[in-house]
Amino acid sequence: MMHWIILPVFLPAILAPLIGFVMRYDMPLARTASLAGTLALFAIAVGLTTLAADGTTHVYRLGDWPAPFGIVLVLDRLSALMVLLTATLALIVLIHAIATGWDARGRHFHALFQFQLMGICGAFLTGDVFNLFVFFEVLLIASYGLMIHSGGRDRMRAGLQYVVMNLAGSTLFLFALGTLYASTGTLNIADLAVRVAEIPAEEAALVRVAVILLMIVFAVKAALFPVQFWLPATYANAPAPVAALFAIMTKVGAYAILRVHTTAFGPGIPGTEGLAATWLFPAAIVTIAIGAFGVLGARRLMPLIAFSVVGSMGTLLVAVAAFSPTATSAALYYLVHSTFATACLFLIADLVVTQRAADTLTPTPATVQNGLFAALFFAAAIGMAGMPPLSGFLGKLLVLDALREPGLMVWAWSAILAGSLLTIVGFARAGSALFWKSTATPAPEPTLNPDEITVQAAPPPQPKATALQIAPTMAALAVLAGLAAFAGPVSAYLGDTSEQLFDRDGYVTAVIDPREEG
Amino acid sequence: MEIIVASTIAVLTAGGVYLLLRLRTFPVILGLALLSYAVNVFLFASGRLAIDQSPILSRYGEATYTDPLPQALVLTAIVISFGMTAVLVMIGLGAFLEAETDQIDIEQQDDEKGPQA
Repeated sequence: MMHWIILPVFLPAILAPLIGFVMRYDMPLARTASLAGTLALFAIAVGLTTLAADGTTHVYRLGDWPAPFGIVLVLDRLSALMVLLTATLALIVLIHAIATGWDARGRHFHALFQFQLMGICGAFLTGDVFNLFVFFEVLLIASYGLMIHSGGRDRMRAGLQYVVMNLAGSTLFLFALGTLYASTGTLNIADLAVRVAEIPAEEAALVRVAVILLMIVFAVKAALFPVQFWLPATYANAPAPVAALFAIMTKVGAYAILRVHTTAFGPGIPGTEGLAATWLFPAAIVTIAIGAFGVLGARRLMPLIAFSVVGSMGTLLVAVAAFSPTATSAALYYLVHSTFATACLFLIADLVVTQRAADTLTPTPATVQNGLFAALFFAAAIGMAGMPPLSGFLGKLLVLDALREPGLMVWAWSAILAGSLLTIVGFARAGSALFWKSTATPAPEPTLNPDEITVQAAPPPQPKATALQIAPTMAALAVLAGLAAFAGPVSAYLGDTSEQLFDRDGYVTAVIDPREEG
Repeated sequence: MEIIVASTIAVLTAGGVYLLLRLRTFPVILGLALLSYAVNVFLFASGRLAIDQSPILSRYGEATYTDPLPQALVLTAIVISFGMTAVLVMIGLGAFLEAETDQIDIEQQDDEKGPQA
């Protein structure tokens, strides 16, 4: 049995307490360890992706117990892709946090960061829904700490709201799991796929309740209407690097919907077929609308970006709701793109807000690096809004192309296109207020009253962002450009990925059959 | 016995949801605690209700036993909800000390205090 599969969980799990207890007073050491750990995680993720690229489903049995009885980790193309995505994003965000000194503004940033990575990687790798719950809790409890990192009044209040929301979500998750266990007698995803398929449609009432409960739980994570309301407040008040890392957290919800609802309750299963799609599709359409209107109405930079995240989750979930291999491969492309676009926007916003010492969308005297920041913001914004040449355009094009069914097409196309237009207008307005009008605003006398600073605990405005502080943003933009340049090979790979996801028999055989890889 | 367990879960859940909707820190903490009790009992019941049966197969006794898995699940859920409640209390306390209010929802003016400046 190959032990590489558990390393993305094991490595941060060992590293985090070490950083938390041994290196807690030694910032350079903690930074080095955290960076080295994340680099190692990245290397492991690359290794796992090449391992999974040939299309085999690798199974890791903890304690070597056979599948329906023991806990399994499953590595296929999709989970390898998500782990790689997590590791790449984590590396970018970590360098930004270290370069800008965010990690030193409160305690235990690096320990919490590693715990967060452990939870996220575990959630992507697990093949068991109860284990998914446990990893959700791990990533959530770390995210609570990261969310309120460096404190401040608004951040603490938003953090409290976020914690309460997610605790209620966790309770719902347990109710869903209890219902599922009572009606099927298993919590292993592969075993669920077998058992649920055996239940005739007229006796599947309890399973259907569990399916919808699970979908609500995942929708809370994915910020889907009507449970999206926690996201703007949370993301807008979180420390910017943390908000950038949270770009992957909403994707955990989308991934869980893809994995669980496709494999266990998806197409071809009589009792639950089409159940998730019926509710997911209209909710995702409304989510796009909320995101677009939010972008248009936001009066501060961080909420503006947070609402654009809501809109992008709507676009992603519209494609997921089709539950077809073509639409899923488009959804995966858009998922990768929107993760980096979101992170890039939050990172550039952090640089801008730090120099301006406020994140209101009002013209203030131009900052030192106005031109550079304007260019970076422009690039990130067209990536997010979905304009060429970056990957957002191709991502939305793929999603639109996949949704050609007559019933879906009118709604999906008009929502995505109108939403994109509103997002462009919102970002253009924000960009011109922040960068363009600023050049025409005369500098006032330097009597900056510290009480007016809206971002709590922000440091005194720095004269100039160093190359190292700009590098992570550039790297995220480079990923977007790379995604666009290599769109052909990437989407071919993602096509294989979604085919593997829809190959339920292959998944079940690999997980349940004890002879494989023994 | 089914009716007792079911109504207990129902009452706990109803109380938990009511307290959760009060949107002040202390009632919400109590409400989430009630909800987690409800869900723990619910998880127990998901393995079917059985009295006086061991959760492991006995080599000597008859082959009747109660499902051990829900008990393991409940144990995990209890540990997690206990830890989460502790975190919630600390964050709630921190938010109360910072903001001097125990309201959980954030009013509009907090959100938009920037533009007037």
